Amino acid sequence: MILVYINSSNGISKSSYESISYGKKLGDVIALTNGGASSDDLASLGQYGASKVLVDRKINGDDQQQLTKLIASAVENNSVKTIVFSHDLVGKSVAPMLSVRLKAGLVSGAISLPDAEGCVDVNVFSGKALGKVKVNSEIKIISLLPNSIQPEENGSACPVEEITADTGSPSIKVLSTKKPEGEIPLPEAELVVSAGRGLKGPENWAMVEDLAVSLGAATACSRPVADIGWRPHHEHVGQTGVAIRPNLYIAIGISGAIQHLAGVNGSKVIVVINTDPEAPFFKAADYGIIGDAFEVVPRLNEAVNKFKAS
Amino acid sequence: MKILVCISKAPDTTSKIAFSEENTKFDENGVQFIVNPYDEWYALVRALEIKEAGGGQVTIITVGGASDDAIIRKALAIGADDAVRLDSEAKDAYYTAMQISSYAKENNYDLILTGKETINYNGSQVAGMIAAELDVPFVSLASKLDVNGSTLTVEREIVGGLQVVELNAPAVISCAKGMAEQRIPNMRGIMAARTKPLNVVAAQEIENLTEFVSYALPNAKSAVKMIDPENMDELVELLHKEAKVI
Repeated sequence: MILVYINSSNGISKSSYESISYGKKLGDVIALTNGGASSDDLASLGQYGASKVLVDRKINGDDQQQLTKLIASAVENNSVKTIVFSHDLVGKSVAPMLSVRLKAGLVSGAISLPDAEGCVDVNVFSGKALGKVKVNSEIKIISLLPNSIQPEENGSACPVEEITADTGSPSIKVLSTKKPEGEIPLPEAELVVSAGRGLKGPENWAMVEDLAVSLGAATACSRPVADIGWRPHHEHVGQTGVAIRPNLYIAIGISGAIQHLAGVNGSKVIVVINTDPEAPFFKAADYGIIGDAFEVVPRLNEAVNKFKAS
Repeated sequence: MKILVCISKAPDTTSKIAFSEENTKFDENGVQFIVNPYDEWYALVRALEIKEAGGGQVTIITVGGASDDAIIRKALAIGADDAVRLDSEAKDAYYTAMQISSYAKENNYDLILTGKETINYNGSQVAGMIAAELDVPFVSLASKLDVNGSTLTVEREIVGGLQVVELNAPAVISCAKGMAEQRIPNMRGIMAARTKPLNVVAAQEIENLTEFVSYALPNAKSAVKMIDPENMDELVELLHKEAKVI
């Protein structure tokens, strides 16, 4: 049996469907979640291959020790051999704790299905190389990098079963939570428009946002721009910021330092717009435009709108 | 407060990445090693700030061979009081975390800090594993940490936002950007580091749960296609028909 843990605190995200589809390729899938997502939303996981969804309503997921106990109890009750996480904040915190509790080897940031020998590909050296990981333990844990496989619809809504696990009381008290509303979370975005110091000031970001809206893309930025406060820190992609692997990454006025590339080199297609023909980013790009962002970006926006209207 | 900071050896961010022995080993030839930046800039520096404000002790710990001593001295030069090297090659995250936990159990720390991940394996595994083995709370991806007695107030990233949480020490916290600013060691620190205690401790018998069987470099990118800045319709058409991303 395959157990897929779903973080449904913000509703069911695309990466949840990816994890279910991934699990379905390995065997029969039970989904496990916690918190207050509606049963109709949870039942939709059946369309991607879950045979049922288990939900513990009393745990909110803020305490990693409680979540670990919840997942461990579902593993024991359902003779689970493989647990799949999305490599988000839960995959990066709860999966390692579960690994110790179950003595189960963990593959972090998987980008492929297990091959014939059971080895899974992961990105290593900040995206500059790939590694093949073999898990030696009987129970295996795979934390899947978002945007690594396409979700596949191949079923219908499934039953949702409420469970209560013995998870003890929380040791972490939440004082406040801030969530920006209505934005696409960067690690999940398929299309990303990003800009850097080449834009000269925060007042010039309207054209970047316009292009993002026309494409249905998320916005991102380079480190210097976040450091001087032109853009919020959660938009910073690169080695010390967020690592992303969208289908399309458009970099405007970003030179392409190695630390920035480490955060975006998993992107399928990279477009670079820069006035400097020597910008190192052109070496990592699929399409390059040497030109002034203030002319090129509005022109590109116009072209996108014309394409969308046709 | 007694703080243990876990550090790892990592290749300098600008290193050329290559593999040897039929792509089964990282080729260390000509590679400059540094303290993993997240461990150094965020975990270690914040630990020192906490000590400077409220007293205590900051101990560095790593799992590795004698070739790790150079990066340990660097961390001591930045200001840690002493260091422990668990004498063994780190086989995987589980192995590393169990070695550190076994040492930590004997020595009772109030706070264990790590970087959010290493820049070579990017696993984000060791901190959570230590917390689970010690059965203490774990807060990952912390961008702020304040200590008041044994109460810890931590700002952390959550899916799609930020959260401020409170918990009691002992705890394990993995540190991300925002936590502290990089410190450059001064000459006095470098001199002092030479005589600070570096205890080499024999490693425990522990199995590894995973192994890297091989490595590969990504396929070379085909040459960039340059587009006329006057002709953005062409770019849109290529993104639609050739790249199929819109």
